Amino acid sequence: MTKIEEFVKEQADIHGRERNSLMPILQAVVQSERFLSEDAMVAIATELDLSTADVFGTASFYTFLDTVPRGKNIIRVCKTITCHMKGKDAIISTLEDMLKVKLGETTSDGKFSLLQANCLGWCHKGPVMLVNDEIYPEITPEKAVEVVQEYLKKTK
Amino acid sequence: MENKIKKVDLIFEKVDHLAILDKSFKRTSDEIILDVIDSGLRGRGGAGFPTGLKWKFAKNEEADQKYVICNADEGEPGTFKDREILTQVPEKVLAGMALCGKAIGATEGYIYLRAEYNFLLPMLHEKMKEFNKQMKEHNFEFTVFVRSGSGAYVCGEETALMESMEGHRGEPRNKPPFPTQHGYLGKPTSINNVETLVFALMIANLGPQMFKDLGTFDSRGSKVFSISGDTPKAGIYELELGMSLLDFVNEFGDGDTKAVQVGGASGFCVARKHFKETLIGFEGIPTGGSMMLFNSSRSMYNILHDYLEFFEEESCGQCTPCRVGCQQLLKGIESVKKGVKPPPYLETLQKLSDTMKIASKCGLGQSVGNPFNSIINNFREEIIY
Repeated sequence: MTKIEEFVKEQADIHGRERNSLMPILQAVVQSERFLSEDAMVAIATELDLSTADVFGTASFYTFLDTVPRGKNIIRVCKTITCHMKGKDAIISTLEDMLKVKLGETTSDGKFSLLQANCLGWCHKGPVMLVNDEIYPEITPEKAVEVVQEYLKKTK
Repeated sequence: MENKIKKVDLIFEKVDHLAILDKSFKRTSDEIILDVIDSGLRGRGGAGFPTGLKWKFAKNEEADQKYVICNADEGEPGTFKDREILTQVPEKVLAGMALCGKAIGATEGYIYLRAEYNFLLPMLHEKMKEFNKQMKEHNFEFTVFVRSGSGAYVCGEETALMESMEGHRGEPRNKPPFPTQHGYLGKPTSINNVETLVFALMIANLGPQMFKDLGTFDSRGSKVFSISGDTPKAGIYELELGMSLLDFVNEFGDGDTKAVQVGGASGFCVARKHFKETLIGFEGIPTGGSMMLFNSSRSMYNILHDYLEFFEEESCGQCTPCRVGCQQLLKGIESVKKGVKPPPYLETLQKLSDTMKIASKCGLGQSVGNPFNSIINNFREEIIY
């Protein structure tokens, strides 16, 4: 058994092998691996007795279930209306400069992916960004850099 | 200036949720439901379906299992009140679910939390465990579970949410059958917004009369508003329903408000000249709570462009009117702005948005025409020049 197959089996033991166990298992793999590799999806399909196409079809529907490789930390800057009005573009261009990537890309050391997200639900405190599951409201370009530096220190 | 805005504190007020449940579980299902019907409470997620009726329909179904779902997939741009309710008074949300369970005869409840709010999960799991233990101690047969979304706006649509919970793509189902007949796993399900459940609990606590005393005939009670944009007072406020938009802007505007988007991206844009006659409530412009204020420094083209980009990305793509319609509306206003298409092309686009309203399968595609038509009708020049 490969590592991912073992992980999927463990998750299936926790969440069950029914169809409605699929989302929690997909989410657990993304939580641990940051994205769903082909191997992971095949392993899930086998474990839950589904077709791989069905697993991919479900996963590819959801923005937070990535099927392309992502960095160890995923930065999502809110791009919707109020955050746009309050200066998300400056945050993004600062982070692009800092991480030397374009929006949507992953750094060459695999530590960060820089993405945009639709409304994150903090319109009164924009601009806002999500790093993995942590939220950072009312950020400025300077604060965004500080936050990312903290993650840089923590990430090996 | 006289302050015509009435602030209310029902949602965030701390209560002994177990005492309310103790009291309510001694009553019959019908008594609980009649109180909610009598109060006039309508769904606070935006659609405004009468909550008591929904509970009654679910109660009247015969089934071996029924479910309560708390819709915490708050994704409407400009809305953030459910996050605050879950953060501040999670016990009241859980108790509201148990009350609904008692009313309709369900023993299981699910909170479907959007992935963007995953940072709430550790706290919610903790509260859920504690609550489930309390339910056991009080001999109430009700268990709560928490499920997560994965970043899809359309999953806030009730049937899409159930598809997602069942492990499928979050594509809305055809209605009827409605969830009260055929919901989660095909069983009768009452799915309610976070805020609605808390109001139902407060109605069980204080009786329907206090709720009826607030608001207007069609819009009883109060509502939690999410206020953002060009305002010095951005934040969350519980206000009595039925105020005029002018009073609202006098209270929350920055003195230069040119338009207010009522009801989020899928709501309506109201221009300054209509503030006075516009009422916030079901007889005027309903809202799931989102109020975005724009001052005269904002380009309405950019705002409409943002909204359309949002819908184009979030459309699930299942039905053609919505999938292609959103793309064409976005491309259309870009072409008019660039001068590739003549200004009358906007009328063609408006016809398309009317078609989407009639032909789309769910609320997403049906409501894209709301911001589109209201912004174009009010700010045509800004879209063209």
